[in-house]
Amino acid sequence: MSSYNELIKNFEKIRAYMRDFYVYGFKSRDDYQKKSARSYDDERRRLESWLGEHMSFVRTPEGKNVFISIDSRTIRHNPLYNAWKAKSFTDGDITLHFILFDILHDPAVKQTVAELLQQIDTKYLAGFETPMMFDESTIRKKLKEYCQAGIIVAEKEGRKVYYHRTENTDLSNLNDVLHYFSEVAPCGVIGSFILDKTESDTDAFTFKHHYITGAIDSGVLAALFGAMGEKRAVTITNMSRKKDMPKRIRVVPLRVLISAQNGRQHLFAYLPDYNSFTAYRIDYLSDVKMEDPTPRFDELRAELDRMQSKMWGVSVKRNKWGNEHLEHVEFTVKVEDDEMYIVRRLKREKRIGTVEKLDAHTYRFSADVYDTSELIPWIRTFICRIDTIHFSDRTIEGQFKKDLEAMYGMYGISREVDQ
Amino acid sequence: MTFSELYSAYYNTVAAILSGILDGEHSEKALQKIVMEHAFGESVLTILPALKSEKWQLVHSDMTTKLEHKPTIPLTTLQKQWLKAISLDPRVKLFGVDFPDLEDVQPLFTSADYYVYDQYNDGDPFEDGQYIRNFRIVLEAIRKGTQIKFEMINRKGNMMFVRCRPLRLEYSEKDDKFRVVTAGWRAVSTVNLAKIRSCAHDIGYRRVSGREKPVEYDTITVQIRDERNAMERFMLHFAHFEKQAEKLDRKHYLVKIKYAHDDESEMVIRILSFGPMIKVLEPEPFRRLVIEKLKKQLSCGPK
Repeated sequence: MSSYNELIKNFEKIRAYMRDFYVYGFKSRDDYQKKSARSYDDERRRLESWLGEHMSFVRTPEGKNVFISIDSRTIRHNPLYNAWKAKSFTDGDITLHFILFDILHDPAVKQTVAELLQQIDTKYLAGFETPMMFDESTIRKKLKEYCQAGIIVAEKEGRKVYYHRTENTDLSNLNDVLHYFSEVAPCGVIGSFILDKTESDTDAFTFKHHYITGAIDSGVLAALFGAMGEKRAVTITNMSRKKDMPKRIRVVPLRVLISAQNGRQHLFAYLPDYNSFTAYRIDYLSDVKMEDPTPRFDELRAELDRMQSKMWGVSVKRNKWGNEHLEHVEFTVKVEDDEMYIVRRLKREKRIGTVEKLDAHTYRFSADVYDTSELIPWIRTFICRIDTIHFSDRTIEGQFKKDLEAMYGMYGISREVDQ
Repeated sequence: MTFSELYSAYYNTVAAILSGILDGEHSEKALQKIVMEHAFGESVLTILPALKSEKWQLVHSDMTTKLEHKPTIPLTTLQKQWLKAISLDPRVKLFGVDFPDLEDVQPLFTSADYYVYDQYNDGDPFEDGQYIRNFRIVLEAIRKGTQIKFEMINRKGNMMFVRCRPLRLEYSEKDDKFRVVTAGWRAVSTVNLAKIRSCAHDIGYRRVSGREKPVEYDTITVQIRDERNAMERFMLHFAHFEKQAEKLDRKHYLVKIKYAHDDESEMVIRILSFGPMIKVLEPEPFRRLVIEKLKKQLSCGPK
């Protein structure tokens, strides 16, 4: 039986737990029985260690529910980034790391593997009671890994290969930039890694409407950005909400669509095998494998640019022959003389479509979209002043009206009472 | 690769410990303090014991080391790529800083690679000269703990002169706006940065006193009926609040959300956006706000 370690080897194992604890927070230990009970206990203990005071629990008849509760307006740094700083390593890894960079302490210091090995043995490890033994292949492997990470450079001179560290980067001016962008930019955890290297300084920024959940998807996101940068297709595993089994799919990633109003991140991608476009929830994606570059990347992205003028959210309705299905949505709102902020709301919150003034007190929003249902939550925010609605999709219009009736009923509001 | 020990709290902590030792610090208490500051809750049980027991052969049992240089590592390619991407963001102009030489580095992403599709479209003018100037004055005053003075037009359309101490800048991605949170200003404590005019450092003798206005919190309790994926949508939508959830049965959930009282109107419309899947249970005043809106709706349409 292996003993508990607060570090982890595989991030995927903890990703689902973090989402459950942070987003939902009502699951008890018994709800995790699909996985082993010990696995649950270990992951919960790790999260408690990484997140400290942000972890809470409540006792219910079903047992103890552990959850992550954070008012993100009160924190200056995303605490979920800590999970990305918990990668496990071997005793040899950490020993070799610090010794190698002590020898290669300046970019001007260049050494061969044999020279490095000799110093490691005689200077650094000889004084220990049972010194570790590293062979040439271990050191070569580690150096190769560091060359790939971009922190060591290998240079061939004649038949010999010399290794030296890369130049340091001056970060002295970037304190505020790093504090701000590590919270608001995609893959902000990488900014947090850089901040860890700088002298700590009190930062000047806090954040409202700040969705921190995306942090746990940073690895997948960075890999997808890497693919887009090289215009490559990828193979990914998609764990669909509706299906139990994960599925490997080959797609051309075109753009990441991010919501500032619920924190969800979608990958908008082209599926070559079906000649279709689909948006995938990034929190359901894993195991990104790079495929060949695709010559159609620019053409496909231009197609997405065109489609975005009809997308309210992330949905498109376009079949494999390229035929599109568009729906018309319009509604009017009544605005009093002192309610011009409602008109401003309509104008600043609309993502596509137009707002027209019909008379002194009536304004109309209209748009042609792929998916009417994506607008419904927004239209409901105008409840108390919606005068007319007209959707070309009559089913959704009927549902909208039925939902309003259900809301009246839920709070005991009747037409008689109103009259 | 994003998940790497190179970025780990353990490597950073060991680097800080080795730096401490090279500075002449050998006391276990001081080194344990470094662990508590840099690593996780339970790391005190592992890091120093691993070093002391020579499991990690970097420090001898007497807390001396053969290492000669304070540990540093250069930025990885991934870190440089992220920095390059940031250097291309228009908002970076606010900070007026020179970025390191990243000429040969490919950005991790560009503005064409992602799109925030539901951000409001009246965000701050991040590239406007006056706005940038005000941003820098405010930021400098926050850093130095000094006062600023500015003019602004209030909600009634009157010009106001304000003298205050800015405490921090609060950014909302949804609004795409910065707000300045201040102290020493009786009327309000938060102002949109874009509304500030004629901002300057206040170097006069008149000192403002007072602290930041404390935030008043309220809690609402709602019941979710999990239809049309409402539970997941709701929990994600309200994920940024302090909250507590309970499963009542297969289809129903109870959620308590703590929110700032100033955001009550916004909370009401956010709750309404979920339609009949969310029912407000308490408090009564919040329920009444929802009911008032619904009653008004019932009387006006839709037709």
